[in-house]
Amino acid sequence: MSNAMALLSIFVLSIFIGFEVVSKVSTTLHTPLMSGANAIHGIILIGAITVADRADNNLQLVLGIVAVVLATVNMVGGFVVTDRMLEMFKAKPKRTESATQESGGSK
Amino acid sequence: MNRNLYDVLGLCVAVCFILALKGLSSPKSARRGNLIGAFGATFATVLVFFAPHESTISHHHTLLILIAIIFGVAVGVPAARRIQMTQMPQLVALFNGVGGGAAALVSIVEYLKLGSSASTADVVATVFTVIVGCVSFAGSVITFLKLQEIMTTRPVIFPGGRFVIAATLAGVLLTAGWVIHSMGNTPLLVMAILSLLFGMLFVLPVGGADVPIVISLLNAFTGLTVAASGYVLQATLLIVAGTLVGASGTILTRLMATAMGRSLFGTLFGAFTAKPQAASAAGEVRPVKSGSPEDVAILLNYAQRVVIVPGFGLAVAQAQHTVREMADLLSAKGIDVAYGIHPVAGRMPGHMNVLLAEANVPYEQLVEMDEVNPTFPQTDVVLVVGANDVVNPAARTTPGCPIFGMPILDVSQAGNVIFMKRSMRPGFAGIENELLYDPKTTLLFGDAKDSLTKVVSALKGL
Repeated sequence: MSNAMALLSIFVLSIFIGFEVVSKVSTTLHTPLMSGANAIHGIILIGAITVADRADNNLQLVLGIVAVVLATVNMVGGFVVTDRMLEMFKAKPKRTESATQESGGSK
Repeated sequence: MNRNLYDVLGLCVAVCFILALKGLSSPKSARRGNLIGAFGATFATVLVFFAPHESTISHHHTLLILIAIIFGVAVGVPAARRIQMTQMPQLVALFNGVGGGAAALVSIVEYLKLGSSASTADVVATVFTVIVGCVSFAGSVITFLKLQEIMTTRPVIFPGGRFVIAATLAGVLLTAGWVIHSMGNTPLLVMAILSLLFGMLFVLPVGGADVPIVISLLNAFTGLTVAASGYVLQATLLIVAGTLVGASGTILTRLMATAMGRSLFGTLFGAFTAKPQAASAAGEVRPVKSGSPEDVAILLNYAQRVVIVPGFGLAVAQAQHTVREMADLLSAKGIDVAYGIHPVAGRMPGHMNVLLAEANVPYEQLVEMDEVNPTFPQTDVVLVVGANDVVNPAARTTPGCPIFGMPILDVSQAGNVIFMKRSMRPGFAGIENELLYDPKTTLLFGDAKDSLTKVVSALKGL
């Protein structure tokens, strides 16, 4: 199997996995799921690192470094913000007193 | 590092991402899923510094790259930590945009390196990445500006808009052909600029409640961009991760569009085809019935069943804790309380669930639209807190209005409707709500949190 063919196979199989994995998600989790998927495509960071590292001239280096910054913001910020959303889905035993102190909404 | 070992570890990261998405599909495992994803991404980032090199070029920019990463973390983490729940949609849009921008830049650099020796397949993949990455970046920035209300949230329509958009798209495709044919740098620059323009133009006419759908669509776009750049860079992990996001994003976009009762095409191009709304209603002042917090408390106190319909106003006012306090009070009086959750209430699907979960509202009390709608005739009081478009009967009765065809919470079936609103201003979609003038509707003006606090104290006094 040629390299291009192998990459194409991986692409097609990944489509099906992607469809399969999220086909039965409840509306409750649409927002965190979108945000989590958003963080995952921040993995373009490794592509950015690769091109920045191999840069031959200053133009390539500058573009590559900008890409590294943007991709890092996407990836790290994405995972953190998703975690903050999901923090609120924690198992909640019936606490009436402690629940009234505002935790997430303050700042 | 040995090539095979590197590839095996890359495969492990890909599995992490699949498990992350899988985990995010269920409330119990969601947080763990996200952490697995974050672990995988961090691991992959460390790993890439030890990537085997085909050529003998050494890592001579490593320090600079590390500084760039630290800078990115220093920007991204505080932004994500400090953001308020209400502003989360725009932050997600912005993160998505920078991701798309990064993918486009990666491909541009790779294109500059390719030179004339590149295969056509590589150039096509590069061109695809640059186009879609630029569209995603520009589109996300406009979405951010809309949600942040830096620019108008209404659809921006200009004469001949559809033709301008079509012409821009044609221009993008033509320059793409030019790039593939000539391999020049100037055509690539022209193509990137036209793509940015197209990204802006195609989001501008989308307004109101459709914005979340567009965020999701752009998210899927960025995923595909990442996959295509993975092809250019021969990085399997990028292909898997990007495709996963592209596929799941597409499904999610469709789920959201279905919840709004419209086709994706209608969402994107609806504003140009819809007839402009008759502006006559804006001028005349029609009578509405407004009440005091005490009136509302009395209505609630003597009800058998109350349904609370939360909307974006609840999020803005940070009133989720107060609304739960009120619901607890009513429950203690033996009144049946439920929350009617419209799938797109707020500015993102599931927005209300997240918000109410924060206030520890019992999960069983959150009832989805299809289940709550048949119960409205048996409901004595519906309390609409900062929602408007999701209960607007115009979605059923006024063909041509921007939300026509969207399923709504049919609150007019209930005995009484109480609207908590800041003003008579129409909702995010900018459409007048007939229900406000209905004789069985009571309006309680003011900030949702203030109003609810007053109602709570009035209830305690009864």
